[in-house]
Amino acid sequence: MKFSGGDLLMRALKEEGVKHIFGYPGGAALHIYDALFKQKQIQHILVRHEQGATHAADGYARATGKAGVVLVTSGPGATNAVTGLATAFMDSVPLIVISGQVQSHLIGTDSFQETDMIGISRPIVKHSYIINRAEDIPKIVQEAFYIATSGRPGPVVIDIPKDKTDPNKKFEYKKPKHISIRSYKPKIEPHPGQIKKAARALLSSERPVIYAGGGVVLGNASKELIALNKLVKAPVTNTLMGLGSYPAKDKLFLGMLGMHGTYEANMAMHHADLILAIGARFDDRITNTPALFAPNAKIIHIDVDPASISKIINADIPIVGQVKESLGALIKEIKKSKIKIDSEAVDHWVSQIKEWRAQHGLNHEMWKGAKKSNKILPQVVVQELYQATNGDAWVTSDVGQHQMFVAQYYKFNKPRRWVNSGGLGTMGFGLPAAMGVKFAYPKDEVVCVTGEGSIQMCIQELSTCLQYGIPIKIVNINNQALGMVKQWQDMIYDKRHSASTYQNSLPDFVKLAEAYGHVGFKVTKQEELAKVFKKAFALKHKLVFIDVYVDPSEHVYPMLVAPNGSMKDMWIAKDKKA
Amino acid sequence: MKRTLAVLIENKPGALARIVGLFHQRGYNIDSLNVAPVFDGSYSRMTVTTRGTENVVEQITKQINKLIDVIKVSDLTEGSHHEIEYVLIKLFNKQFNQTFKRKLKNLEFQVIEQDNSIVVLGITGSSASVDSFLKALNNKSFIEVSRSGCMGMHKSEKHLTI
Repeated sequence: MKFSGGDLLMRALKEEGVKHIFGYPGGAALHIYDALFKQKQIQHILVRHEQGATHAADGYARATGKAGVVLVTSGPGATNAVTGLATAFMDSVPLIVISGQVQSHLIGTDSFQETDMIGISRPIVKHSYIINRAEDIPKIVQEAFYIATSGRPGPVVIDIPKDKTDPNKKFEYKKPKHISIRSYKPKIEPHPGQIKKAARALLSSERPVIYAGGGVVLGNASKELIALNKLVKAPVTNTLMGLGSYPAKDKLFLGMLGMHGTYEANMAMHHADLILAIGARFDDRITNTPALFAPNAKIIHIDVDPASISKIINADIPIVGQVKESLGALIKEIKKSKIKIDSEAVDHWVSQIKEWRAQHGLNHEMWKGAKKSNKILPQVVVQELYQATNGDAWVTSDVGQHQMFVAQYYKFNKPRRWVNSGGLGTMGFGLPAAMGVKFAYPKDEVVCVTGEGSIQMCIQELSTCLQYGIPIKIVNINNQALGMVKQWQDMIYDKRHSASTYQNSLPDFVKLAEAYGHVGFKVTKQEELAKVFKKAFALKHKLVFIDVYVDPSEHVYPMLVAPNGSMKDMWIAKDKKA
Repeated sequence: MKRTLAVLIENKPGALARIVGLFHQRGYNIDSLNVAPVFDGSYSRMTVTTRGTENVVEQITKQINKLIDVIKVSDLTEGSHHEIEYVLIKLFNKQFNQTFKRKLKNLEFQVIEQDNSIVVLGITGSSASVDSFLKALNNKSFIEVSRSGCMGMHKSEKHLTI
C-alpha cells in the first residue's frame, strides 16, 4: 500500500503514540490537515493563536513526560510558534513542532508566507529537520521523537514543504527498525569511580544540602531522590523547576531556593560544606554572585548534559549521566559503603536550619488570620487555593509575582504537578499550558494561577476552552499592575512606575469570561475567598475564571540582594535585610 | 589564549550554520574556520580557531558536542599538533621583487600562474608564519589574497576519526 506524504506523517505520528495535536491550519499545511481529517485516532485541537498551541503541547509534555505535538503553517504560523519553542527549549521540554513550508521550488524566492523556519528556530531547538523527500517522513518523525525525548530533552522542528505532502504522490511506508544516529548517543552510564567519590564525599559531610532541579522531574527520578535521602537524611531544596520532585510535606524539605527562595534554603546553601546538585544548572536566579556562592561547599553535580556541569560553578565531583541511573548507582554505593554519616553533626545542621526558618521562614498560616482584612494578600490566595484543592491539583502559572507566590506557598508533593515557564519566563504560558494538562488528565483538577498582565497575553484561548469543553479553573491574582516589574521599580527605581500600570483600562474579567461562554467570579474580600473557591470547584464541567483583587502594594520576599550579594544576603521585607 | 578545535560533523544542509550560529549565540568568536567533506563525503572535517580561557573553551567544546549533527570534537591545543594554512596571493609581476621574495623565506610556496602581467602564488605555512608574512606586507605589495584558514591534526598516533 502506498501513502501520500500527509498520510505518511499521520501514520508515523500514530506509531509514536500521539493522541493530540495542538495546531492552526494555513495554506502550506493544508495537505497535512486533509490527511488529519481522514483519520480518527489523533485528535486535533484548534487553538486561537499558534503561541497557544506550543504552550498547550508544552503543558501536555511537562505533565505526561511524552512529547507534545504542534502543527502550524508556514510564515506567520511558524514565527508565532517561536516563543513557545524557546520556552520549551529553556526548560528542556520534549516538543515536536511540525511547520508547513512553501513548496520546494518557491523556497528562497520570498514567496507568500515564506519564512526560513529552520534558520529562525535554530538557536532554540534541540534539533531540526527539513523534509527533502516525502519517503523520509517516517524515518525523520521517528528520529525527531527520539531526539526530543532522550538525553536532555528539548524541542525538535520538522519543516515540511507543501509539495512533500502532495496527496497525488504516493510512497511506501518505510522506516528503520532501530534508530541509530552515529552523532547522537544520549545514553550515558555514570562513571563508577565518580559515584564512589560522590558517596564518600556525601557520607563524610557534616552540613550537606541536596539541591534538586528540573532534571529530577524530567528524568522521572523522584523516587530515587526520596530513596537516597532515606539514607542520607540531608536537607533538600528544590529549584523552581524541581518543585514536586521531593515532597514538600517532608520534614527535611526547605522549599525553593534562589532569588525568591526561602530564607532557610538560601542560608543552608551558603553555609553548606557539601552540595549535591541533581539535574540543576546553577543559573543566575539561583547562585546570586557566582564568586560568592557557597564558599565552603564541595560540589557534586549530576547532570545528563555535560555542558551544564562546571558552566557557572565548578564541580568538584562531576557525574555525567541520567539522573535516575546515577542516583540508583549512588544509593547502591552508599548502602555498601563502610563510612557512616556523622548523624549527630547532620542533626545539629538540621536544627540550625530550623532556627533560620523560625527567624525568617515563610508564614504558611496567613490564611488563618486576617480574615476580616479588607485587602487580600496574594499569598493568602495561594494558601486558600491549596486548602480548596487539598494540595492535589495540577497547577500551571504565568510569570511574575503570582508565579513566585505559588512556588513558595503551594506545597507540591508530587513531580510534574507544577507547570510553569522557569527558564524563559514566558507570560501567556499558563492558560494554554493548563489546557494541555487537562487534555492529558481530563479527570484531574487543573488550575491556572495567573495575573491580570499574563492572562491577557493568551486570553484568546478561552475560546478554545469553550470549543473543546475544557473545565479548568483560572485564578487571576489581580494586583492591577505588572507586579514584578513594579516591585523592581519600587526597590531600584525610586518608585517610578514606568509602564507597569494600566490606568483603569483593565477589562471586566467576569464579563469577559462570560462573553467566552464561561463562568466568572470576582473576589474583593478575603472572607469570600474560600466560599468562592468552593463554588468554583463544585462546577465540575465549567471553566471558572476567578478574578481576585489583591493588595497591589505587596512584594515577593525573600529576595536575594543584587548586585554583589551572596545567597545569604536577602531582603526579607520591604525595609529589612537579613 | 588561542585554541584550535577539530570537529567531525555530518555533511547535512544547515550543519555548518549550527556550528557558526552556536559561536555567535554563546558570545564566542571564530578567528578562522576551515571546512570540507572528507572520506566518503558523508561527513565534513572542520578546524575552528578561537580564543578563550580553559573554562570557556571547555564550554565551547561541550556545546559543540551537544549539536546533534556533530560526531566528534577535539581540542587540538590540549596536545601537540600540526597546524597549517594555505594562502593564495595574486600580485603584479613588478611587485614580485626581491623584497617580496625575502619575506617569503620561511614559507613554502609555488607559482601557480604567471603571465606577463601577474603572478599567483600558493603559500603553505603555519598560521603564525602566514600571519607575520601578511603583516609585513602592505596593500601596495599585492592585488588580492585568500586564506584557507588553519587546518589542524594531532601529532603522531593520536587521531580523530569516526
